[in-house]
Amino acid sequence: MTGFQKTAGNGRQGARGGEEIRIGFYVCHCGMNIASLVDVAAVAKEAAKLPNVVVSREYKYMCSDPGQEFIMQDIRENRLNRIVVAACSPNLHEATFRGAVARGGINPYLFQMVNIREHGSWVHTDAAAATQKAIDQVRAAVARVAKHRVLERRRMEVNPSVLVVGGGIAGITAALNLADAGKKVYLVEREPTIGGHMAKYDKTFPTLDCAACILTPKMSAVREHPNITLWTYSEVVKVDGHVGKFHVTVKRKPRYIDEETCVGCLECISACVFKAPKFEDEFNEGLGKRKPIYIPFPQAVPPLVTIDPETCLKFKTGKCKSPCETVCDRKAVDFTQTERFEEIDVGAVIVATGFKAFDVTRLPIYGYGLYDNVYTALEVERMVTSSGPTGGEITLRDGRVPKSIGIIHCVGSRDKKTNRWCSRVCCMYSLKLAHLLREHTGADVYQFYIDMRCPGKGYDEFYERMLDEGVQMIRGRAAEVTDWTMSPEEEGKLVVRVEDTLAAYVRRIPVDMVVLSTGMEPAAGAEEIRRMFNISCSTEGFFLEKHPKLAPVETATAGVFIAGCCQGPKDIPDTVGQAGAAAAQALALIDKGYVEMEPNTSYIDADDCSGCKSCIPLCPYKAIAFDEASKKAVINEALCTGCGTCVASCPSGSISQNLFEDDQIFSEIEEVLSHV
Amino acid sequence: MKRRYTYFPGCSILGTGRACEESTRAVFAELGVELDDLDDWNCCGATAYMSVDEHKALALAARNLALADTRECAELTTPCSGCYLVLNKTQRYMEEYPRVGDKVKCALKDAGLNYTGRVRVRHMLDILVHDIGLDEVRKHVKRPLKNAKIAPYYGCQTVRPYLDFDHQHYPMTIDRLAEALGATPTHFPLKTRCCGGSQMGTLPNVAQRLCYAILREARRQGANLILSVCPLCHFNLDSYQPDIKSRFGEDVSITTMYYTQLVGLAFGMDPETLGLHRNMTWDGSWLEREILAGAPA
Repeated sequence: MTGFQKTAGNGRQGARGGEEIRIGFYVCHCGMNIASLVDVAAVAKEAAKLPNVVVSREYKYMCSDPGQEFIMQDIRENRLNRIVVAACSPNLHEATFRGAVARGGINPYLFQMVNIREHGSWVHTDAAAATQKAIDQVRAAVARVAKHRVLERRRMEVNPSVLVVGGGIAGITAALNLADAGKKVYLVEREPTIGGHMAKYDKTFPTLDCAACILTPKMSAVREHPNITLWTYSEVVKVDGHVGKFHVTVKRKPRYIDEETCVGCLECISACVFKAPKFEDEFNEGLGKRKPIYIPFPQAVPPLVTIDPETCLKFKTGKCKSPCETVCDRKAVDFTQTERFEEIDVGAVIVATGFKAFDVTRLPIYGYGLYDNVYTALEVERMVTSSGPTGGEITLRDGRVPKSIGIIHCVGSRDKKTNRWCSRVCCMYSLKLAHLLREHTGADVYQFYIDMRCPGKGYDEFYERMLDEGVQMIRGRAAEVTDWTMSPEEEGKLVVRVEDTLAAYVRRIPVDMVVLSTGMEPAAGAEEIRRMFNISCSTEGFFLEKHPKLAPVETATAGVFIAGCCQGPKDIPDTVGQAGAAAAQALALIDKGYVEMEPNTSYIDADDCSGCKSCIPLCPYKAIAFDEASKKAVINEALCTGCGTCVASCPSGSISQNLFEDDQIFSEIEEVLSHV
Repeated sequence: MKRRYTYFPGCSILGTGRACEESTRAVFAELGVELDDLDDWNCCGATAYMSVDEHKALALAARNLALADTRECAELTTPCSGCYLVLNKTQRYMEEYPRVGDKVKCALKDAGLNYTGRVRVRHMLDILVHDIGLDEVRKHVKRPLKNAKIAPYYGCQTVRPYLDFDHQHYPMTIDRLAEALGATPTHFPLKTRCCGGSQMGTLPNVAQRLCYAILREARRQGANLILSVCPLCHFNLDSYQPDIKSRFGEDVSITTMYYTQLVGLAFGMDPETLGLHRNMTWDGSWLEREILAGAPA
């Protein structure tokens, strides 16, 4: 029974009454953020007249040290036992003021915060009305706080293992950092191999060091690490629980190969009935072909083959002799494999699900799909790689080697018609591709850019170097890529039409090859990940950090951290830095060993509970059980997150919630409406 | 049930664009569509008036919307891309800029009219391909035009900025219509490029250069016909071929016609009913020899 008992102090037993209510009220100017619209002096004056208010003050910055000191001092000198602060959002400073209240010597839950900034000065324009609204809010809070009771926080043990979702460079970095610190890590990747987008790149800016040389050792380190459990070709499908104690279900898709026995000899691939690769190769952006049984690239981690049931004859027709199966002396091919589900418990989660390149078919003005020699930057990235589909040769789809190449920037970035944001990496990777393409072909390369954005260590120097190398820079957003000609020189070429905003005229630049520098978008499936882990997102769909400056890897959900491009476009150095920060935050959480839980949980008045069980299936956190001995429902406070669903649903009204008691809410509503 | 639309002809349709009107009426009658003329309509003001006095121009165009508003059928269709653009623009401006809308409504009120916003302005190409549908069109084709290689020319006013039934940069509606008639559309990179519009009268060197590029490219792509949807585009491309030849020293002659004329030919209609004899580039024997030969009558 112990697990289902309320911790001491947070029940109805701690009844109020008897003592005299003495409230201290404080209104914050927030510099001019609040005071520029709300008449704070009037708010303080009105508050002083309210019942039980003993002290009413205004101050420029309540959250500052002197501001907090007022509260502590007044508690001591005026024997205050309730505090109300009218300032910003409780999301920002509720914890700050609760801390001050506690240091002043009273229970931190005998406190109520009123938001007159986000709900007041920032959203209104009429000063008198905003002031009146603030007074109404304060009256409600003063009435409410009088009903507050002493509550205690609970400590909860934290599971010391971490789940990392996404095996790109962000996920790899975070996983290795945590594993090196001795923590158990589960790394879940949707594709058959880890490595993410970075594995597709040839060289990295601005140092031009080989992406594979710096990435693949990290990939194999992940595989070798005793503290990392790596699940590729797998997806998180369900998340329960909360900070310190997440229960996660991972779906492992069948690759029709026994992962334990396959050694990656690849003989099955040679044996496949398809003598030549026939199907579009995802890793090579469709420029190459693969067989139904394949490995994404030779350095894939884990080095396992995968069978694609969409193209494999065994699955399509059932009439294949399956030479792959016969040739494998380790009997690793297994056509009977089905989806499996793994369930794990972790204390923290790092989401590093990356990005998706902009779909260029959304901008037909650039002729992708219409003209053979228009490529995306990722395609060119694969082409310049010596291990890529062309072995590093730059040959156009018609077999020619390009003599002139146009690189169009901001395709799907900084564009009201598609995506408004700057993708941050395209200027630099376009310069890098210019260098590599010139190196491979000797072609003239034109860059069509809006502005060059190269802020980063060694970035602007790289830009200068490309100018010295003779890359042609044309400032102007390219209007279109077309094949209509105006002169014999244009015959057989693609023409990039652009307003050269430095030369101030419209130019037609004939080229053999066009490269579209695509921007970054939230990854496919980001929405599902977001819902499962309860992460907010910005309007464009990138995951939202808890604070843009001061909590860049935390999310609004405690214990869930974000890193890499799922949070917003960024380059490899920033991604790795952010992944390290996320790992450190997760480490700080789990190394502490416990988390303090808010006491806003539900509790049952056993006398009134009829034992109807209607609350039990409604609880999303499985926190309610039925006690057969007493025939009553019991809430496990450790699992309760305070969502309130059971409170609202209980037919006999026997469930209440700390900090959201009926009398607290009703007194609040009465007072906020009392002037009407 | 018989399809019915409120029909706004527009001025150029009754003047230089008569062939457009004749072929449109013939084809839609054949398809069993009733075009119910908007009584007492007035000129939409075209692009010219809009650049002289925007508010008056909007009020002028809005009068037509208000008249259509009194009709049971609020689908207002026009065969002219200029009218399509101006009527659409008027409607959007009134919606998006309440101050403009109020002013225009005030002017309408003085004329005893009111506009509620329920009218939907439709291009006839949209109605033909999307309401009636290509399957229905195919059923009426008696003479598949296998020898016609057409350069589909949409012009700019059809597509920008209000086109909602196809892509604004590389639309395919005419292309798919031509295929339904048995013809072959060519790739045509200039399909939505401006023909110069009314600048043909004021700045002929500019407009002729634009038409020159279009005509030249159509020939270069191997087309033997340019199909247009707009009376002004058709007028420019059709009538100025000799001037363009002498200005640029290059023969860019090519037969041009309205899309409705080609539809009519495929339906087996007689060229005169379709107003083909009014086209400057019209050559009956060439058409007979190059396009209609081999096609069952």
